Amino acid sequence: MKNDERLRVPADWEKSERQLERERLRRRSSIRSGSVATASTILVVVLLLWLFTTSPGWPRVRETFFDLDQFTGALPDVLSGFLLNVKIFLIAEPLILIVGLLVALARNLTAPVFFPLRALAVIYTDIFRGVPTILIIYLVGFGLPALGLQGTPTDLATLGIIALTLSYGAYVAEVFRAGIESVHPSQRAAARSLGLSHGQTMRHVVVPQAVRRVVPPLLNDFVSLQKDTALVATIGPLEALRQAQIHVASTFNYTPYLAAALLFILLTIPMARFTDYLAARSQRRRGQ
Amino acid sequence: MSLLTIEGLWKNYQGHNVLRGIDLEVESHEVVCLIGASGSGKSTLLRCVNLLETADDGTITLDGEEITDARVDPDDVRKRIGIVFQAFNLFPHMSVLDNITLAPRKVHKVSGKEAEAQARDLLDRFGLGDKADAYPDQLSGGQQQRAAIIRALATRPRLMLLDEVTSALDPALVKEVLGIIRELKEGGMTMVLTTHEMGFCREIADTVCFLDGGVLLERGTPEQIFTDPREPRTREFVQNVIDARRL
Repeated sequence: MKNDERLRVPADWEKSERQLERERLRRRSSIRSGSVATASTILVVVLLLWLFTTSPGWPRVRETFFDLDQFTGALPDVLSGFLLNVKIFLIAEPLILIVGLLVALARNLTAPVFFPLRALAVIYTDIFRGVPTILIIYLVGFGLPALGLQGTPTDLATLGIIALTLSYGAYVAEVFRAGIESVHPSQRAAARSLGLSHGQTMRHVVVPQAVRRVVPPLLNDFVSLQKDTALVATIGPLEALRQAQIHVASTFNYTPYLAAALLFILLTIPMARFTDYLAARSQRRRGQ
Repeated sequence: MSLLTIEGLWKNYQGHNVLRGIDLEVESHEVVCLIGASGSGKSTLLRCVNLLETADDGTITLDGEEITDARVDPDDVRKRIGIVFQAFNLFPHMSVLDNITLAPRKVHKVSGKEAEAQARDLLDRFGLGDKADAYPDQLSGGQQQRAAIIRALATRPRLMLLDEVTSALDPALVKEVLGIIRELKEGGMTMVLTTHEMGFCREIADTVCFLDGGVLLERGTPEQIFTDPREPRTREFVQNVIDARRL
C-alpha cells in the first residue's frame, strides 16, 4: 500500500467468515475439554467416596461421627455455645485492629525521644508472634487472675478475648506495618513539604492509603480469628467446642464435634468469599 | 535583604559530596533557574532549602531567619515554602479539592469553607475548575502537575521551589504547566526552578545558575549564560543543549 493512498477506515465491524469459523472451532474444542474435565472429576469423586465407604472401619466411624440423633440432640447446646464464639469474635476484632494499628505506628516513630515506645512495640510483636496462641490463652486465662490485681476480669470469655487480642494484635501490627511501609516515601515527602507534622501526615496521608492496601490480608486474619475463638475452650467458657466436648464426654459419640465444625464453616465461608471479592476488586482497580 | 540566602552549603551522601559550598541569593519576586546535568545537585539543593534534607554544612536564611539552625522547627519553615516535584505526588485517595485544602485546613488552621472557596478560586483561575471533585487518577499528567502546583500555592508560600516539574510530561502537556508558571511570575511569586526546558528557562528566568558536580560554576542573566558563557564547562553544556535542539 502506497503512502499517498488514503487509509480505508471501516464503518462498522462485521465478522468475516474466517473469524466465524475460528469461533466455531474454539467453541467446539472448549465444550469438548469441559465435558472431559467434568466427567473425570465426577469419576474421581465417586471413586473416593466408594473407597471411603467400603473401608473396613467405615460402619464404626459412621455411627461414631455421623449419628443423626446425636447431631440433633447436641445441636441446641452447641448453637448457643456458638453464639458465645460469635460474641468473642465481634468484641476481639475491633480491639485487635486498634492494638495492631497503635503498635505499627509506634514502630514507625523515628524521633529519639520515642525510643522506649518503639522498643516496647518490637518486644511485644516478637513475643506474641512467637508464642502459640493456645499457650497465650492458658497463660492469660490462669495467670492473670492469679496475679490478684484489683479489677482483673474473672469472666473466662473476657480473659479469652484479652488473650486473643494480645496474640492477634501482634500479627495485625505486622500487616499494618507492611502496609505503611508500602506507601511510597514520596507521599510522605509531599505531605511534610506542605508543612504537615509527622502525626498529621500519618493520619491523613499514609494510614488511609496503607489500610486500603492491606484489606485482603486483614480479612484473612479475621477468618483465622473466627476459628481460633474455639481455642478459648481450653480455659473453660461454654462456647461451641466446649459444649460439644461436654456432650461427647457423656455419650462417647463424636458427632457433636461435627456439629460444631459445621457451624464454624457456615460462618467462615461467606467471609472467605467476601475476602476473595474484595481482593479481586482491588486487583482490578490497580490494574487500571 | 534577600528573601533567601544560601551560604557555603555542603551536602554529602554516603561519602559523595553532592553539594560543595553553594552560595546563592534570591531576591523577592526573582525567578532563578538552576541548570546542569543530572546528578549535578540541583534537586538536592531544592530539597535542602525545604529542609527535606539536612545540610551537612553551611547556612540557609529565609526572610532573615536562619532555617538551618538546629533549634528551628522544620514544619514551621515548610509552611512558608512551596515545593512541587517531578512526580506530582498528589494524594491518590483524596479528590483534587481535598488535596488542595488539606494543608490550609490542618496546618494554617483556615476554616473548611474558606479553604474550599480559595481552592475553587485557584482551580478556576488555572483552568481546572471542573476537576475539583475528580480523583488524581482521572486527570492527565499535565492536569495533575497543575493541581500539584495549586496545592503548593494554596498555602500562600513566600517562595516556590519547582523541581523538574515538566520532565515527566508529554510534550503536549508541558505547555499548560509552563503557562501556569508564567502566570505565577507575572503575579510576582519568587521562584527557584530546575528544568531541562532551556527555551522556557531563557524566557522566564531573571538569573540562571549553572551547577556542575555540586559546584555553582556560573551565574548570570539568561543572555549571558546562553549566548556567551564564561566557563568552558558552561559552554560545553550550553552547546550540548543547542545540539540537541532544545534551545
